[in-house]
Amino acid sequence: MAVHSMPSRSGAAHHGIQIRGLDICFASGKALVVADVNFDLLPGEVLGVVGESGSGKTTLGLALLGHARSGLRITAGTVMVNGVNVLSQSAHDLRKMRGAVIAYVPQDPASSLNPAIRVGDQLREMLQSHPECIGAGATIESRVNQILGDVKLPATDALLLSYPHQLSGGQQQRVGIAMAFICRPALIVLDEPTTGLDVGSQHHVLETFRQLCRVYNCAAVYVSHDLPVISTIADKVAVMYAGRVVEHGTVERVFGHPQHPYTIGLLRAAPSPDRSETLLGMEGRPPRPGAWPKGCGFYDRCPLGAEECTKAVPSLAPFADQQFVRCIRAGQADNATAFGIRTAPPKPDLGRSNLLEIQGLTAKYGQTAVLQDISFSVQAGECVAIVGESGSGKTTMARCLIGLHSNWIGAVTLDGENLNPASMKRTNEQRRRIQYVFQNPYNSLNPKQDIETILAEPLRQFENLSRKETRERVYQTLSDVALSPAYADRMPHQLSGGERQRVAIARALISCPDILVCDEVTSALDVSVQAAIIEQLRMLQQRLGLSLVFITHNLAVVRSIAQRAVVLMHGEVVEQGPVSAILDTPSHRYTQTLLRDVPRLKERLIV
Amino acid sequence: MSGIKTLAPKPSELPQQAPRRPPGILRRALRTWRGRIGAAITLAVFGVAFLGPLFATGSGEELNTMPFGPSVAGSLLGGDDLGRDVLSRTLNGGATLLVLAVLATALGLIIGTAAGIWAAFRGGWADTVVMRIVDIILAIPTLVFALLLLSMLGPMLWLVIVAVGLSHAPQVARVVYGAAQDLVERDFVKAVALMGVPSFRIMRREILPNLSTVLLVEVGLRLSYSIIIISGLSYLGFGVQPPTPDWGVMINENRLGLGVNSWGVLAPAILIALLAVGTNILADAIARAGLGEDRANDLPNPDSLGGR
Repeated sequence: MAVHSMPSRSGAAHHGIQIRGLDICFASGKALVVADVNFDLLPGEVLGVVGESGSGKTTLGLALLGHARSGLRITAGTVMVNGVNVLSQSAHDLRKMRGAVIAYVPQDPASSLNPAIRVGDQLREMLQSHPECIGAGATIESRVNQILGDVKLPATDALLLSYPHQLSGGQQQRVGIAMAFICRPALIVLDEPTTGLDVGSQHHVLETFRQLCRVYNCAAVYVSHDLPVISTIADKVAVMYAGRVVEHGTVERVFGHPQHPYTIGLLRAAPSPDRSETLLGMEGRPPRPGAWPKGCGFYDRCPLGAEECTKAVPSLAPFADQQFVRCIRAGQADNATAFGIRTAPPKPDLGRSNLLEIQGLTAKYGQTAVLQDISFSVQAGECVAIVGESGSGKTTMARCLIGLHSNWIGAVTLDGENLNPASMKRTNEQRRRIQYVFQNPYNSLNPKQDIETILAEPLRQFENLSRKETRERVYQTLSDVALSPAYADRMPHQLSGGERQRVAIARALISCPDILVCDEVTSALDVSVQAAIIEQLRMLQQRLGLSLVFITHNLAVVRSIAQRAVVLMHGEVVEQGPVSAILDTPSHRYTQTLLRDVPRLKERLIV
Repeated sequence: MSGIKTLAPKPSELPQQAPRRPPGILRRALRTWRGRIGAAITLAVFGVAFLGPLFATGSGEELNTMPFGPSVAGSLLGGDDLGRDVLSRTLNGGATLLVLAVLATALGLIIGTAAGIWAAFRGGWADTVVMRIVDIILAIPTLVFALLLLSMLGPMLWLVIVAVGLSHAPQVARVVYGAAQDLVERDFVKAVALMGVPSFRIMRREILPNLSTVLLVEVGLRLSYSIIIISGLSYLGFGVQPPTPDWGVMINENRLGLGVNSWGVLAPAILIALLAVGTNILADAIARAGLGEDRANDLPNPDSLGGR
């Protein structure tokens, strides 16, 4: 078997991590989930594993700990950590290695820390079960204090005696990282450890983590779908697609000179907070395990796909020094026009009048005020972004507008007409004119209805159409969101996340509203799909003269779609104005911090 | 280098072959051995009850042997306490029981489902009132509740249905309420509510279809309870009245001769037990097939969907 991997610079075989020929498949059958993974890591190096959901990156991460999720089986390969093959250890030895030699930081710190045990006890427990890791001349207490200092948490009783739920998300993840580093492991696997955090906490956690890897000379595998995050912390990148590494090399090579069409597509789909450009998305989804094609797994979505791609899976071949590509057309992929060109988005024509006006809106949950005296307006044809971190009240804001949350005072007027706080008490016409798109497309479509039924419901409510007219409108709206009429009789679970979100947008559009309120509509989607959805919304705004209220925590996205932005902090507007002004020269400290902490692809790495 | 695509594929140009819809929950349950065995036992007992009268030599009401007399030609299972043919009585005595059980189950499910969905959907006072009534009825044991009604109003078959159905309703309501509470919080229900669609339509079209797994399991469970309770009521003399043949009644009539001709008790008892066990196994198979079904529909991660 040909093994392609980056040569270790030191050449010492007993140091660092060597992964060879790793295959993982379903326990019940032969279908592969992860195939033929090879890489080397030196102590202190960080490998970023990138890919969209379903690419097998989490499965790979767990396999490095010798673990396969239930229903899966590691069928071939070796994972050498400091000269020991993790995969050939007995269950007993494996348990002793975990935590001490290989550590894991899961995605959600809130669910990975035991809620019934104090933080201090959980840290001590790690050392009690691995007494050999305490270190010469140290005690359990001194080591715990030391590691807390390392992750920049105060080693006070207040912290040690608190329960996990009493800490913030960022603090919880620091404790998670402290638990991973406390035994000075040789390898740490992190699975999207900052996905649930605000940009501020994310920034600090990433910085701490990067520093600790150097201090402890620990190799790390960082699994994430977030390219900017990977570009800031990783030395090497492995891009995964359909269970295989399709491109592998140093961050500089892979992000600076990407060769695999998938890598190029991912990089072009990533929005930037610094430049205003249209986004280039990649629709579709990776083939499911068990349904992998005979040839290249990316063929379906590849702009360069040729017939020979379908014949055999290409090998991961060296392309340049420190860069390996699994594509037979590597080197020809610089053909920029094949991937489309990022351009400045055209300016929409704005109506002169304010379509939607919000004045002095104060909203409460029970007795707690979550929004204080919010005022802004939306012109016809304009997209206004509401930006803020979690807890800033931006979702409540959206729910007030459409009447899902009715405990508020103040005035919301649509074309001069006052809107009742509760959706139920508004007129049909008012309800029709403001439509809402939910955050999570996996939750917003009835799993028991086909797409046509879902789309016909608003027509039945707002318009009195014949069966034939209804069907025509359904088809037309599907094509407005770039779906073919064939989707009409599919069920939601047959669609990918992006397709579901398109259907959700179609449901909002089918009754020809004036305003679309979009609540974090891309946060449940992969980057490539996010870009496609944003572009879709922007085109609809342009073509139909639609106004958008676009709620997001993602400043980078704001650039690409919105004309004006409203920045929320703790339920108050701290800044509002044209997007370019707010993002280029933010005047409020909060906006400045937010912008500074957004992870960016390093400028020289931009395609 | 032939056939290079020059444009990024539009989603509508992506492969269009519609993935096959996965089979329904009942079909999936019937693919497992558990489901097949449960369904086979249930169907067999239903067959005996409804097709039995065609094969019986008599109506089961004529006296043709000695009390608890031995088996003779044509009466394999001997005679009962009055010398009637046990086999004929067994073959004739199931239909009424099963019809009563099915009707009582249907009544209980309809009332319970309606109350559960309504309480979960309306919330607030409706929730409190319905669920407290449920608590009160639940506090009275099912059999006691049925006996109370029947002893007040007299043994009438329609009353058996009402009594047993009513005693099921609160338990069904509990289960449906729990499942529906999750559903009313889901975004697809809110999306439709935001359009101003009437409540009844939301409950019927958005919530009810998503309870199908829960309801199928309840059908199986409630049916087996109904059978046990109704045959128990007949045994106690509150259900089918002698001399009409009935499995519950037969057990009561023949218990004194258990040592002489045990078939008089065993034949109906075995059938009742088989039916209860069969419907239970079937309900269990459905519950297992439905386990995580709704979950799987929502998971964004194809990793967890791809398994066979």
